[in-house]
Amino acid sequence: MSKLDFGLTMCLVGMGGTLLSLWVLTLVMRALKKVFPVRNAAHHGPEPRT
Amino acid sequence: MAETLLNSLSFLVTGFQALTWGQAVMMLVGGFLIYLGIAKGYEPLLLLPIGFGAILVNLPLADLMEPGGLLHFFYKHGVLTEVFPCLIFVGIGAMTDFGPLLHRPVILLLGAAGQFGIFLTLLLALGLGFDQLEAMAVGIIGACDGPTAIYVTSKYAPHLLGPVSVAAYSYMSLVPLVQPPIMRLLTTQRERAIVMKTTKQQVSKRVLILFPIVVTVITCLIAPKGAPLMGMIMLGNLLRESGVVGRLLQAAENEIPNVVTLLLGISIGATMAAGQFLKLNTLLVLGLGLVAIVLDTAVGVLFGKLMCWLSRGAINPLIGAAGISAYPMAARVAQVQGQKYNKRNYLLMHAMGANTGGQIGSVMAAGIMLSVVQGMGLG
Repeated sequence: MSKLDFGLTMCLVGMGGTLLSLWVLTLVMRALKKVFPVRNAAHHGPEPRT
Repeated sequence: MAETLLNSLSFLVTGFQALTWGQAVMMLVGGFLIYLGIAKGYEPLLLLPIGFGAILVNLPLADLMEPGGLLHFFYKHGVLTEVFPCLIFVGIGAMTDFGPLLHRPVILLLGAAGQFGIFLTLLLALGLGFDQLEAMAVGIIGACDGPTAIYVTSKYAPHLLGPVSVAAYSYMSLVPLVQPPIMRLLTTQRERAIVMKTTKQQVSKRVLILFPIVVTVITCLIAPKGAPLMGMIMLGNLLRESGVVGRLLQAAENEIPNVVTLLLGISIGATMAAGQFLKLNTLLVLGLGLVAIVLDTAVGVLFGKLMCWLSRGAINPLIGAAGISAYPMAARVAQVQGQKYNKRNYLLMHAMGANTGGQIGSVMAAGIMLSVVQGMGLG
């Protein structure tokens, strides 16, 4: 594989892969917050992090 | 008798006789790193042992880096095995609060943009004559993360470990100098003055505990070769968030990183022998390392501008510069710059979110890089 091919592949896959992966993580984080919302004081839940 | 005496005495000066100009220069370089650490406060925890390690390895006839030597032992068993950087990551995870990031998950994308400098610099390094694996080691300086840079470099280009580590840690401490001009150049006065509202949205304890587990599984399925780094940083974070392993947490925050940092620093310094360090390549590595961080900052701020536009002005582009892994320095830089243009602006917590996102982003970028190289059959 030529250096240019290697470099361009790394750029595209690296930058694109990092962005895509972290975008997936943002969706997962939102889903987690929806599935496990903060409990209010009436339910005597654990202290939330503000 | 006299002859025996003379021979014995002459042995005491062989060290002076064997000292080369290159070794003397490298001892001065080691001294300079120690000066930067002590007098200037530039990452003293690393630069001091690195500097002293550089002095030790350039002592003629001491053979500290020969097989069987003390520094060789630390290097072989801690650096080449990649154990030292992974252990430091446990400490980093234990000291990181992902709460601000979980408040506003979209800020994680700034952590991705802040890693683009890695790949752009890799391309540049290839153009300047580095081979593929060396270019990776040079590009990873842009991760702005010492353990990640050491992990990748020790795996694929161990002969560049000295300059890459020195570049990574030196430039991390220079973030407050390097970033502000780029931030000002790429943003307008109006953008810099954007006030970001602080939401009262809370994050439950369960989410804080599940976050490191879920991130580990998902990211390591995507980029398996990043598992050692991502696994360790998230293990440290789980120790922190679980709230039930105080002793382990204390060790992860204190004893483990303290001991490992010391040994890692000396080991890196031990790679700075005159014959390996005093080359044109070293200057190129140091120069490209700076370019990587400049590019990270520039792309991060530009991505911040895009997010500002998409959010109709809810996001201040300055926090894009905090999407690098230099935690928490980059976040503080964004806070200071924001306050300069609007005293009512408190960007710190938002910038912290981007900064912790940058930590995840840098490990993810390294993991993807390693996985792709493995897939190409180069690693």
